[in-house]
Amino acid sequence: MSVASAFMAVLRRDLLLGLRHRVEIINPLVFYILIASLFPFAVGSDRSTLGIIGPAVIWVCALLAATLSLDRIFHADFEDGSLEQLFLARQPLVLLTSAKVLAHWLLCGLPLIPAALALNALYQLPVTSLWPMLTTLLLGTPVFSLTGAALAALTVGLRGGGVLLALLILPLYIPVLIFAVGAVGNAMNGLSIAGELYFLAALLVLALTLMPLAAAAALRIRLG
Amino acid sequence: MLESLYKYAAPQNFYQLSRRLTPWLAGAAALLLLAGLAGALWFAPPDYQQGESFRIIYVHVPSAWMSLFVYVVLAAAGITGLVWKVKVADALARASAPIGAAFTFLALATGSLWGKPMWGAWWVWDARLTSELILLFLYVGYIALQGAIEDRRMAARAGAVLAVIGLINIPIIHYSVEWWSTLHQGPTVTRFDAPAIHISMLIPLLIMALGFKLYYAANVLVRMRCELLEAERNSAWVRQLGS
Repeated sequence: MSVASAFMAVLRRDLLLGLRHRVEIINPLVFYILIASLFPFAVGSDRSTLGIIGPAVIWVCALLAATLSLDRIFHADFEDGSLEQLFLARQPLVLLTSAKVLAHWLLCGLPLIPAALALNALYQLPVTSLWPMLTTLLLGTPVFSLTGAALAALTVGLRGGGVLLALLILPLYIPVLIFAVGAVGNAMNGLSIAGELYFLAALLVLALTLMPLAAAAALRIRLG
Repeated sequence: MLESLYKYAAPQNFYQLSRRLTPWLAGAAALLLLAGLAGALWFAPPDYQQGESFRIIYVHVPSAWMSLFVYVVLAAAGITGLVWKVKVADALARASAPIGAAFTFLALATGSLWGKPMWGAWWVWDARLTSELILLFLYVGYIALQGAIEDRRMAARAGAVLAVIGLINIPIIHYSVEWWSTLHQGPTVTRFDAPAIHISMLIPLLIMALGFKLYYAANVLVRMRCELLEAERNSAWVRQLGS
């Protein structure tokens, strides 16, 4: 089996499994919208307050929803032993892990974007923040999936792994959060967002090059 | 040189070496810390702007330096353990984490104490203070991971991967937080031209920094002995020690 077709096979398998267990995909999304809609109850429905906290809330909740869904990258496969089969496969583990990460992003990262657009309306944010919100999420959510995969691989199968994973991953998400919310804030004030977008893109490239390697190394440690 | 490195990479030889070294390091650390404190509290003049309260830098700055230094040691030891499978390096990484976390906490606490009279608040979301807080989270994560994995060998290797990911992220986090907000006074010691701090204030600071470093060395050696005993509890040399 060639490397490319192995990549496609893993990708197709994970997408299919995800679509068969739709609840696992929908739950983080519902969680996302639910958590974000709690804030107006806590701070009041004043439009100007919501306008100030809106971008931050939408982004922080996206980050939490992404963290919540990380567990499913490797956990089920670890439980039923198919992760070990991947580990023993002749194709490079880095590539197979990348396919799993891509599948995770398509299933759990991408749906956050339309949900964020709905939240944009709930928070009565101006249309000027719509486009930057979309772009930053498009650049930021793959970083979440990539970095998260490396740490999910480290903690796979551990007791209390969920909270531990959140503890390990959340500090690493801070740079993405800073630049993304900065970009949306700038756009709402009519400033340029190019700088922030470049930084986010740089973080994405860095994560894209290093994190699959780290994830594969982590899997080797946990399974080896 | 290389031969002695091989020799002391063996846990039992390292154990003996560490036993011999610890009292010397601890004694030197105590002397330096006493001398540094005397210099810091009596000989250094009060600052023309911040008065007496600037003296907290003699604890704050060395602990902040150590918090980063220990993380680098932890990551380097982790890589050494991962690549060359040196048990002593694993013990070094594992023993360093709580000390590094303590230094980070100390830097945060003293920064907060200093911030109250200077900035008028216990906590300000200043860039360097915030990066230090995130560093504390990284340490806590490392310690939590060590606690979650029972097998020590696997814990050490997983910790090494985590430490390397953290090490790559520390500068990114630091600069993004700096970009986000900054209130902290600029660096006064590590500048390429002459330091902006007067020599009478600088010397106690350097003595304190050296004292902190030796204290860390002494402390980590004791902790490493503990780690090695626990990791090697079934081997002949530990049994011999016990009998």
